[in-house]
Amino acid sequence: MGFLRSCGRGDMTAHDPNLPARPNAATTYLYDAYDRAFVRERVAEFRDQVQRRLSGGLTEDEFRPFRLMNGLYLQLHAYMLRVAIPYGTLTARQMRQLAFIADRWDKGYGHFTTRQNVQYNWPQLVDVPEILDALADVDMHAIQTSGNCIRNVTADQFAAVAADEIEDPRPTTEFLRQWSSAHSEFSFLPRKFKIAVTGAEHDRAAIKVHDIGLRIVKNGQGEIGYEVLVGGGLGRSPFIGKTIREFVPRADLLAYLEAIMRVYNRFGRRDNKYKARIKILVHETGIDEIRSQVEKEFASMDLTPFSYDAQEFARVAAFFADPPYESLPKTSAALEQAKRENADFSNFVDVNVSPHKIDGYAIVTVSLKPIGGIPGDATSDQMRVLADASEKFGFGELRVSHEQNIVLPHVKKDDLFALWRMLDDFGLATANAGLISDIIACPGLDYCALATARSIPIAQAISRRFASLERQREIGKLGVKISGCINACGHHHVGAIGILGLEKKGEESYQITVGGDPTLKASIGQRLGPGLRAEEVPDVIEHLIQFYLAERLKDESFIETWRRLGHERFKELARREGEDGSDI
Amino acid sequence: MALISDGAFVEDSWRRLADEEAIPKSGKIIVTLPRLDAALAARGPDAPLGVIAPNTTDPELLRKSLSKLSLIAIQFPSFTDGRGFSLASLLRRAGFKGELRASGRVVADQYLHALGCGFDTIEIPDDLAQRHVEEHWRNALRARSLSYQRCPRGAGSILEQRRKGAL
Repeated sequence: MGFLRSCGRGDMTAHDPNLPARPNAATTYLYDAYDRAFVRERVAEFRDQVQRRLSGGLTEDEFRPFRLMNGLYLQLHAYMLRVAIPYGTLTARQMRQLAFIADRWDKGYGHFTTRQNVQYNWPQLVDVPEILDALADVDMHAIQTSGNCIRNVTADQFAAVAADEIEDPRPTTEFLRQWSSAHSEFSFLPRKFKIAVTGAEHDRAAIKVHDIGLRIVKNGQGEIGYEVLVGGGLGRSPFIGKTIREFVPRADLLAYLEAIMRVYNRFGRRDNKYKARIKILVHETGIDEIRSQVEKEFASMDLTPFSYDAQEFARVAAFFADPPYESLPKTSAALEQAKRENADFSNFVDVNVSPHKIDGYAIVTVSLKPIGGIPGDATSDQMRVLADASEKFGFGELRVSHEQNIVLPHVKKDDLFALWRMLDDFGLATANAGLISDIIACPGLDYCALATARSIPIAQAISRRFASLERQREIGKLGVKISGCINACGHHHVGAIGILGLEKKGEESYQITVGGDPTLKASIGQRLGPGLRAEEVPDVIEHLIQFYLAERLKDESFIETWRRLGHERFKELARREGEDGSDI
Repeated sequence: MALISDGAFVEDSWRRLADEEAIPKSGKIIVTLPRLDAALAARGPDAPLGVIAPNTTDPELLRKSLSKLSLIAIQFPSFTDGRGFSLASLLRRAGFKGELRASGRVVADQYLHALGCGFDTIEIPDDLAQRHVEEHWRNALRARSLSYQRCPRGAGSILEQRRKGAL
């Protein structure tokens, strides 16, 4: 370990102590000595596993589940390391370390994913233990970002700052991170297991398409608990999660989840990996039968040795305290003036800035979707700028959204213009959050061993077709999501426009779906027609958009128009296009 | 087969009875699940008896026999099949106090998982034992000093340490 690390050990504050201008308060969970020791031991264990793999003590078949449980995939060209960003929250210091890792062991960039993680596409196997050590230096890890175990748990990227929130979901999520880490019983499940948590009215965490979705709710007595959904998922057979219990009191949450996990571990299918997710168990067994099995198991559990502890929850929750906000007026004269004077900035504010629960503050979404760029990619320089910007303007905290963007959750309205200029210098001021070019795409055939078609060039082509931000704003909020195979990592099923890349007779073929929605109104998109060639995709999307613009009522979003008119009208359109000569 | 206990390869004092063998009156024997009732009936109350069961076994089937059994071996057909871990947890919860043995394809990297679910011993075929040598099992015991879960055995609980404030 004789090389330079960008961060020393021992500094446990969220902020760089060399910049004393910033308040030194934590706004996210900070490891204690136990958490740190746990992560270091996991790194040592993995280092030993790599050694045994190289010396033949572990066969590749034996090594695979253990490397996957440490986030290491074998991809098309190289290994890929997926680093966990629990509940998508990062400190500036952690973001800088991600930049350092990108420079030292990768090609100077990282890829932020739909599960709020970051991936490095070019590490060498022998370097991975060093990378894990560098992550541990800033209280990070790659534990359970892959494999048939409980994956890194995700949460609303606007946690704690959204105006519509019942409770910050992150203390619950951190609680789940700890409970699920190296779980003795649930590390060799039939298949991967994904949990998402939201504490808000509006679901930004897509909880209905997770194996378990948790929604923080209040019961009639004003007590906080969880609505538990089970069996959602995308992949080759998409399902919307079903409510298994309307209200689980907080004290029972981990026990209740353990009951679900035990039923799944025992009875989930293991004969066919494509039917092994809990969604298939729920579908084939029926939600009522699964509910009675889970309730029976839950009733049999001895809750006393169980790792729920109100004091421990309070300890965890205390880390997520509000930063020291200033008392500010609701509107900012400086902001209004800057908007009047600069049209580009004004557009950025209209599109990428969301209301904050505190007067005078705003939530800023930094788009990682420049026109024609690779969705979710950030260079090491961009990561450092984001870290600097968060310290200068946002209490040193950053979030990763499942739309593959970066969020600065607490920016003073007075500072928005200065922030925008800083971002713009590094190509980070694209004003397209939530618009048609804010595309979710998986890595596709450019990187992935499972992919059947490319995703990135399709995203780039659509982004270029709709390059005019003025036109994008006219079209309004619209999610385009692209997957390069039926495993649906690009969430195409829940895209208002979804694109699925397949392989037909040795050629890439793209299937378009319309009407998907990842929020609490969740719906799975429906197929528009036969597959398209790559070069036809932007034209067909263009036609869909033109049809929508012609048919929409005032303020109606694409998905609302689709719901009102019905899918048949959109299909007809596609058929008519086919008659005109384009091969849809 | 090799038997691992407390991180070391040890002599197995139990004998697996083939299904065609008659049930002896004495000696430490392990029978298959279909012969459990016959074995319980044939042997004296003090003769130690063990049973080997598939990982899909309904723990309710064993409940009435738990107090009469000295050993339960749960089969691991593949190391990626984690059903045995849940079955072990359920048998411990049902009050089984005897030796719980994971039998089959278990690798050293799973040792703490097995102990955490209530297993005492691991029994692996020779091809695995040649690569997963004693040293690996010994090391695996020390891989994690503490665990986030509260386990019947294995690593201590981080939560309890935090409670004690013993940082």
